[in-house]
Amino acid sequence: MANAANAPRQKVVISTRVDKVSTGARLTSSFRATIAVIVALIMLIPVAWMAMTAFKTRPDAVAVPPKVFFEPSFEGFVSLLTSRRQLTNDEIAVYQQRTDLGWADQIALIRGQAITGPSAFPRQLLNSLIISGVSTVFSVGFGVLSAYAFSRFPVPGKDDLLFFILSQRMLPPVVVTIPIFLMYRQVGLHDTHIGMVLLYTAFNLSFSVWLLKGFIDEIPREYEEAAMVDGYTRLQAFRKIVLPQATTGIAATTVFSLIFSWNEYAFALMLTSDAARTAPPSIPLVLGTGGIEWAAIAAGSLAFLIPVVIITFLLRRHLLRGVTFGAIRKG
Amino acid sequence: MANIELRGVEKKFGDVFAVKPLDLTIKDGEFIVLLGPSGCGKTTTLRMISGLEAVTDGQILLDGRDVTWLHPSERDIAFVFQFFALYSHMSARDNIAFPLQAAGMARDEVKQRVGQVAALLRIEHILDRKPGALSGGDQQRVALARALVRRPAAFLMDEPLGALDAEFRETMRAEIKKLHLAQHATTVYVTHDQIEAMAMGDRIVIMSAAVVQQVGTPTEVYHNPANLFVARFIGSPGMNLVKAKVEAGGVRLPGGSLAPVSDRWRHALEGSGLKDGSVVLGFRPEAVQVRDGGALRAAVYADDLHGGYTMLHLELADGEIIHGRAARDALNALGSAVRFDLDPDMMRFFNPETEMAIPS
Repeated sequence: MANAANAPRQKVVISTRVDKVSTGARLTSSFRATIAVIVALIMLIPVAWMAMTAFKTRPDAVAVPPKVFFEPSFEGFVSLLTSRRQLTNDEIAVYQQRTDLGWADQIALIRGQAITGPSAFPRQLLNSLIISGVSTVFSVGFGVLSAYAFSRFPVPGKDDLLFFILSQRMLPPVVVTIPIFLMYRQVGLHDTHIGMVLLYTAFNLSFSVWLLKGFIDEIPREYEEAAMVDGYTRLQAFRKIVLPQATTGIAATTVFSLIFSWNEYAFALMLTSDAARTAPPSIPLVLGTGGIEWAAIAAGSLAFLIPVVIITFLLRRHLLRGVTFGAIRKG
Repeated sequence: MANIELRGVEKKFGDVFAVKPLDLTIKDGEFIVLLGPSGCGKTTTLRMISGLEAVTDGQILLDGRDVTWLHPSERDIAFVFQFFALYSHMSARDNIAFPLQAAGMARDEVKQRVGQVAALLRIEHILDRKPGALSGGDQQRVALARALVRRPAAFLMDEPLGALDAEFRETMRAEIKKLHLAQHATTVYVTHDQIEAMAMGDRIVIMSAAVVQQVGTPTEVYHNPANLFVARFIGSPGMNLVKAKVEAGGVRLPGGSLAPVSDRWRHALEGSGLKDGSVVLGFRPEAVQVRDGGALRAAVYADDLHGGYTMLHLELADGEIIHGRAARDALNALGSAVRFDLDPDMMRFFNPETEMAIPS
């Protein structure tokens, strides 16, 4: 200790002054940070590998041993976003002479292909966005209303109803795909956006009611009571007081609902074919001529990740903040 | 400002009474304290006045207007909650302005009113902070400001000081009392702290087991408790209550000593139909006068020095402990025998069967 007078007499774990924190505590905290970074890295390896594969050429993607260093290429994205035609040797020679080819055409030409038009993938991504977005809005919207009702009003048979709602989660969804498929075909909901929104909303609602009820239970009734005595109706109190106080819960529920409907595979595979087909069942089916297009699949998965990452990033403050009750002091 | 009238107001949860039929008239500008142990129905009564709890039966009148079935927002009453219920997502300023915005008041006027009430409570410097960043006392001031800003017909306060530290409680108690005097606002104040009730109330309503035990000024409930419950509950320590027998010339305490009573009491006791002369004698610690040659005997069990005075714990012959106030410099060895008299004006009597006070 260079300056014994400044050294803390007791072990200080947290301080704004670095020289006040004991050496042992500092070592412990940097050790913890190191472990956290290592764990995070291990968990990110598959994602990183996928991102790398997305930028590989086909030979690089299937190379043994796997290549860590490679020349990046947009081949995967071109195969994902376009439909192509195989050229004959004569045509290739002609194409190579042309000077009006875009960069995408040139990438296709390396593999002897010509681009004939866009692929179905952008539309499938859009379908995914619409279906999961709308179903998330519905399941969180209805969820917060019914969670509020369950939390605040003496609903007859409340516990039974809540159990009934929860019991929906006890069934593996795959079990009901065939019956739902048959019913949807009968009523004309097969391969429609409405059908998928309805299904995902129904599946998410039980979850969001339970999750949100927990959050709303935590908001003291006094908040609304204070607002009501101050001249607001119950609905106004709900909008001005309960909703802002439940932001954390709503954010968490939104992210979970979105991830569920965004990632859902089995129903989408069975119940959609063309018009309302979402991205998850289509990505593994990006088959080129002569073998699996690993780079295209990886590119599709990467593009598929981005919207969820953005939403989660935007809501991270609410997700991490935890529930704070600024002015209610528990005696 | 307004007067509040409760007519036969009651609240039942299932078959259990939370508040048994209650009649009470609160005068315009009066500070009424509802006092009682927890679970006695005082908070339920307050919530029924506010409209947050529906009555099972009875009528609530505000300035003669029947508000029994009006929504809380239509009653023009302000409520201060025990844990303040400040909205943590709004600044102190927005919290205070919130009730005014409900009425759709113009922005300039809201600003002016918030400024006035903030000046009154001396909280101008904290208006831009969120409630979470305020001390308990400042949170309480913001909660009071939010109630005051609307100039409501009446204030209801549910243990507003219960969440504060002990030393701060006294400061806030004085502030609330001063505000009340300045505003002359009808106030109903709920507490379980009898010292707070004595210090603040114009009248105190003492409740126990869903029933009103006594309504009276602090002096009345202290000196003339209506029954044994009030006698025990009010005062710290409560009234000394000793079983005694009525005899010619006075009442005989356990252990044989005879306490003389005035003629007035003798007539009252004879006419009160006591069963074989059994009575409960009640007296406050300050009625005890320790002196040589006193009529009553006891042994010193303990003495607590309170600074200004000494509280003696005296053991009677049957092991009953009573409290007596003595001079600050009185010296009494533990276990020593003392003699004392009772101030005849401060003796009260209760019927042990009905537990009610015997009128003099």
